[in-house]
Amino acid sequence: MLKRLRENKSAQGTLLISPTLIVMIGLLIIPLILTLIVSFGQRSPDGNVIYSFSLDNYIRLAGFSTDCTGGASFCFNPLYAQILWRSLALAFNTTVLVIALAYPLAYFIARAHPKRRTTFLFLVLIPLWTNFVIRVYAWMMLLRKEGVINIILGWIMGLLRIPFTPLEMLYTPGAVLVGMVYEFLPFMILPIYTSLEKIDNSLYEAAADLGANSIRTLLRVTLPLSMPGVVAGTILVFIPVMGTFIVSDILGGRQVILVGNLIQRQFLDARDPTFGSAASLILMVLTLIVTYFYTRKFGFGEEIVVA
Amino acid sequence: MNPFRRSPFVLFAAMLVYVFLYLPIFVLVLYSFNASRTNVVFTGFISQTGSQVVMDGSNVVQSPCGAFHWYCELSKNKDVTNAAKNTLTIAVVATIISTIVGTMAALALQRYNFKLRPFSQLSLYIPIVIPEIVMGIGILTLFSQLFGWINNALNLEGASRLTLGLGTVIVSHIAFMIPFVTLVVQARLQGFDKAYEEAAMDLGANEWTTFQRVTFPMILPGVLSGALLAFTLSLDDFVITFFTNGPGSTTLPIYVYGLLRRIITPQVNALSTVWIALVFFTVLLLQWIQNREQK
Amino acid sequence: MASEFAVELRDVVKKFITPEGSEMAAVDHVTMQIRNGEFFSMLGSSGCGKTTSLRMIAGFEWPTEGDVYIEGKPMGHLPPFQRNVNTVFQSYALFQHMTVFQNVAFGLEMEGASKDEIARRVGRSLEMVQLTGMDRRRPRQLSGGQQQRVALARALVKTPDVLLLDEPLGALDLKLRKEMQLELKALQQQLGITFIYVTHDQEEALTMSDRIAVMSKGKIMQMGTSVEVYERPANRFVAEFIGESNFLEGKVKSVKGDQAVVDVPAWGEELIGIATGKVKAGDDVSVSIRPEKVRLTDKQGIKENSLEAVVTTSTYIGSDTHVYLDVRGQRFKVWEQNRISTLDPRAYYANGQKVWVTLLSENTLILPKA
Repeated sequence: MLKRLRENKSAQGTLLISPTLIVMIGLLIIPLILTLIVSFGQRSPDGNVIYSFSLDNYIRLAGFSTDCTGGASFCFNPLYAQILWRSLALAFNTTVLVIALAYPLAYFIARAHPKRRTTFLFLVLIPLWTNFVIRVYAWMMLLRKEGVINIILGWIMGLLRIPFTPLEMLYTPGAVLVGMVYEFLPFMILPIYTSLEKIDNSLYEAAADLGANSIRTLLRVTLPLSMPGVVAGTILVFIPVMGTFIVSDILGGRQVILVGNLIQRQFLDARDPTFGSAASLILMVLTLIVTYFYTRKFGFGEEIVVA
Repeated sequence: MNPFRRSPFVLFAAMLVYVFLYLPIFVLVLYSFNASRTNVVFTGFISQTGSQVVMDGSNVVQSPCGAFHWYCELSKNKDVTNAAKNTLTIAVVATIISTIVGTMAALALQRYNFKLRPFSQLSLYIPIVIPEIVMGIGILTLFSQLFGWINNALNLEGASRLTLGLGTVIVSHIAFMIPFVTLVVQARLQGFDKAYEEAAMDLGANEWTTFQRVTFPMILPGVLSGALLAFTLSLDDFVITFFTNGPGSTTLPIYVYGLLRRIITPQVNALSTVWIALVFFTVLLLQWIQNREQK
Repeated sequence: MASEFAVELRDVVKKFITPEGSEMAAVDHVTMQIRNGEFFSMLGSSGCGKTTSLRMIAGFEWPTEGDVYIEGKPMGHLPPFQRNVNTVFQSYALFQHMTVFQNVAFGLEMEGASKDEIARRVGRSLEMVQLTGMDRRRPRQLSGGQQQRVALARALVKTPDVLLLDEPLGALDLKLRKEMQLELKALQQQLGITFIYVTHDQEEALTMSDRIAVMSKGKIMQMGTSVEVYERPANRFVAEFIGESNFLEGKVKSVKGDQAVVDVPAWGEELIGIATGKVKAGDDVSVSIRPEKVRLTDKQGIKENSLEAVVTTSTYIGSDTHVYLDVRGQRFKVWEQNRISTLDPRAYYANGQKVWVTLLSENTLILPKA
């Protein structure tokens, strides 16, 4: 028995992978299939699932409704399409802003003296490891009407003798955007840093030697070589932003509803798991499509695992 | 020569980003010493005795713990200590299991050729490329359907009914942590020279001894960084836990979230500060260990 | 000892699946017998099957067909830890997480030797490779040469019947390599253990080996002593791989004993030479002439083949002058030893100079094409 296993490398590999496969199939693939099945089901009055094959949930998501005001049998209400679009737009804006903030910092760390590099990285790790929920809460304290930003602004305005009414910043789309950027910034800094750090200094020397100025070196050497990091970071930022509901919940209040909030409410408040499942699948398909086209264009870097 | 090395623009931008990263944390910590019970405005540090200057007329606290009043309250809060216990239990158990399973998977994927390999590798990328909420509600659906079915089939009543709880959270955490552990260990294994294992066997060690004495010690740094990543992911996790926890299995992030939706007290700040301090010292310790290893 | 041969490969084939999915024979019907106490080398360029053959002896790979015999016993699918052979790896494969002592002791621990015995034998082994006092260091703290010695000590401490060495000196610089070559040879003679040595460095193989197997594309091209493979290469491949040679294409006119007469159309000349392999009249053959075995003279020689030539390039390289000639339209190289120390340019060959090339029949080798 042992002898046979010793000679059968393929069986050894299968044996080693089997616990992982069991977990992946049991807790990933089966749940996804189940979600698909449930999404075709209907909600029973007590919030349970009646298994059937109905496309109602998807039709509802697309914006068509049979439950209309004014007695019409069929009407169009783009509410859910708007939510999807809002989530996509927010994810896109967040990613762009995060890249803009992360790149200079990653560059600064990568080009710092090796002795100081660990310290600078350390400073990025601390906010990253500080709990997700705590980080949103911190922004709540900053953005509130009586919050720190308004206090500082009030103080400055007071010095300038300009009348000041505190700004309403909390529970706005802007607050959600800032919160998202803050939450996911470290996930972009680390992969970009990793790919920048790999660039050999002699490449900069070669670029300078060949007559490239700073801007050209940045555009033609640094940026292209750090693309794997940017791609990995984008995946690590874009996908979670699409699905997160805490940031919008806490910083957006009831004002900013994203797909994540929509799904969460179906499972908790509204108790319609079938509609929630359909929304969740649409969200998954949407992110997979975006990721697919994005990675097909730019490739998939190993930097994905550094964060 | 590096054209950007001393560029003032990069330095300035980097410093601004650091301010952006740390300003919220600083405010969070400062407010944990707030004398105001409603924690709306920072009314000054708490004193042990004596009167406080009150700016907004809110309820001012005096406490034998002094400035650390909210920390004292925190330690007396049963919900917090329970949540902390749950969080740690989940993280430790899930980290141990996912590290073992994930390391095995990494060895399989990196060393062996077998039929299911491409499928396995692909399945490990799924949790990374789909939003967590999708996985969360999927697992919730699985558990609720499965438990409902089992409870009905076995006619389970009352306390013996299967419900969401610590067990379901741990299992779900294991599921989303395995891919991360596997990918980290796999990356470390890529540079592993098979000659070390061959040398061990050549010197008379069988497969198991070779693994124990040579392979494992050599991949240990990779396994540890995988475990560390898994541990932090588990501590930090909100979404998966949100959908899979049940009565009595509340974790700290879930507890804090629950508080935020209702009231805001400086206790949350105190809790956050403790958390940040722990993170700070853990990271510091790890850096120190890493530095020592390199020497 | 059970067998006359320490190691035997009988008609061994090792096939691998290439990444493209096709089968490739890394070792193709190889048969070789390695005698007890012999310093045996497998020589060839990368991909010739020498390392795969060695790995099959060690037990890291199993033959697809045929079998490996150690001390007369068929090895079959016996794992490496059940074979009494030890390996010195090209990368040394020293365990980085162990000290020098622990590395060397590892094999003895696996045998279940007692603490005292381990200490004694490790000490002796380290002494043998002149590393006494280094036992508490980590491999990383040692120089390349020292690491190489630890690898050697670690393998030898097990007192194997056969020591396998896979390009063990490849990572060392030239000077250290030469020193280690002599040292390894001396060690082998002192211990009397069979050494099987894999290298792509022909000079290394010639210096150290009792016998050499020259390999190419999974097959043995020739097996013999250093002198045999250099002076009497079995075919064109061996003559080309070991040392340098001038080659001319020709057809055998007649064979008498070990001598043959070959018609070389490029020169319009008939050459007499030694037929090393099996050739018969009418065969297409290669004529090989080593550049150091050619005489250059100012006047026409009297013996056998003497041809007029023009110097195209002459390169002074210290001990020798490499003279490149045009002999009736063919490129031809001759190594002339600089026997006299002089600065006089006339002592060396100049470009365009006319010379006579004298070829002796005992230096002219008639080789079958392979």
